[in-house]
Amino acid sequence: MEKIGKVASENGVVIFSKSTCCLCYAVQILFRDLGVQPLVHEIDHDPEGKDIEKALMRMGCSGPVPAVYIGGKLVGSTNEVMSLHLSGSLVQLLRPYQQTNLSSHD
Amino acid sequence: MNSTTTQFVPSRRMGLYEPVHQMSMWGDFRNTLLDSSPPPELMLEVNANLDNQSEDTTSQGTFAASHRNDQEASKPDDKVLRRLAQNREAARKSRLRKKAYVQQLENSKLRLIQLEQELNRVRQQGLCVGGGIDTSQLAYTGNSNPGISAFELEYGHWVEEQNRQISDLKNALHSDMGDTELQIFVDGGMQHYFELFSMKVMAARADVFYIMSGMWKTSAERFFLWIGGFRPSELVKQVLSPHLDALSEQQRLDIVNLTQSCQQAEDALSQGMEKLQFILAQAIADGLLQEGNYLPQIGAAMNKLDDLVRFVVQADHLRQETLQQLSRILTTRQAARGLLALGEYLQRLRALSSCWSSRPREQA
Repeated sequence: MEKIGKVASENGVVIFSKSTCCLCYAVQILFRDLGVQPLVHEIDHDPEGKDIEKALMRMGCSGPVPAVYIGGKLVGSTNEVMSLHLSGSLVQLLRPYQQTNLSSHD
Repeated sequence: MNSTTTQFVPSRRMGLYEPVHQMSMWGDFRNTLLDSSPPPELMLEVNANLDNQSEDTTSQGTFAASHRNDQEASKPDDKVLRRLAQNREAARKSRLRKKAYVQQLENSKLRLIQLEQELNRVRQQGLCVGGGIDTSQLAYTGNSNPGISAFELEYGHWVEEQNRQISDLKNALHSDMGDTELQIFVDGGMQHYFELFSMKVMAARADVFYIMSGMWKTSAERFFLWIGGFRPSELVKQVLSPHLDALSEQQRLDIVNLTQSCQQAEDALSQGMEKLQFILAQAIADGLLQEGNYLPQIGAAMNKLDDLVRFVVQADHLRQETLQQLSRILTTRQAARGLLALGEYLQRLRALSSCWSSRPREQA
């Protein structure tokens, strides 16, 4: 869908979200923890939201939100993000987009 | 004497609603006991006339006087006599139905006591499914929800299989078994946990609150509950890391990174859960102290519970991913020892729960 492609390609890290979706919020928190400020596009506040939702579902996002795009490419939903993170791959994908210092964990 | 007060037990305070309430309870017994039952309007009259067989207190009360004084078989009197007979019959049937209903209640009560006793006996023998079902919560058992009943049954089998696998693993590690054969045990152990996660996802769809409260777990296990299960980072830090020996430098680094990633993922999910709690509380608290019923608020809250299921699914996915990452990082032997350590840890938690629940009580 055009709008998704446009938003995704114009921004490094995009999370398609809904304002009421708490799982989307969790993914945002994770990204912020990793020093990235994603663009959060709330489809329930988008007039084309229904179309976006259908398109995301067609692409395999069962949520359909959160749907995460990094560098213009669809990474997936929460499952994919978590798997990538545990394997160490997510940080590598995000490296070009890290803006702030990584927060340290004890 | 003309009486319009209802004469039902248990409560006279129920007033206007009482006859209708009684009627709906006994409705089920109508068909089983009696071939015909009086129409509802007649029931209401019956309530007012249980022991009073001489007065007709319908809206056609003017007949009362003529009935008492006029003994001739005139047409209106026939009707009245017939009506009275019907009333008596209806009252009799009503009393029979009530008796049958009370009898069924008594039977159910006896059955409940029997079940409680049996449950206690079985628990003491240590055979109880999961061990997490407290008789004081008997009112809640999953019996009213087939998805939960099925889960509890399956979980009982899961624990039995788990215990078998733990002793098999112990024997395998003490034998001189080669890695290829040992890997079969490791894969089996991992698969067993993955099956549990699948079971839990289905149970979460049946009753997410049940999973969130860890109802199937023993009390000590519930103490460590995080979104319906164990916290994966704690697993790695407390149970596995101290008991993994001969780790290479790369392995050590990988475990540290895995632990950190796991904690970050857990923190994110925890914060998402807090937001969900906040939103849910907000939905329920919306419009307190106002006129009207609270059905819209309950409806809004119900919708948000779907999100809760997603969190449970996500948390179990995290547990599964952690186990899978570990099996990639560790050698066969290390993974076998890790699985054994985890299994023994859970067994000890269950033993703690048993010990705790059977400790001698102080005399009041």
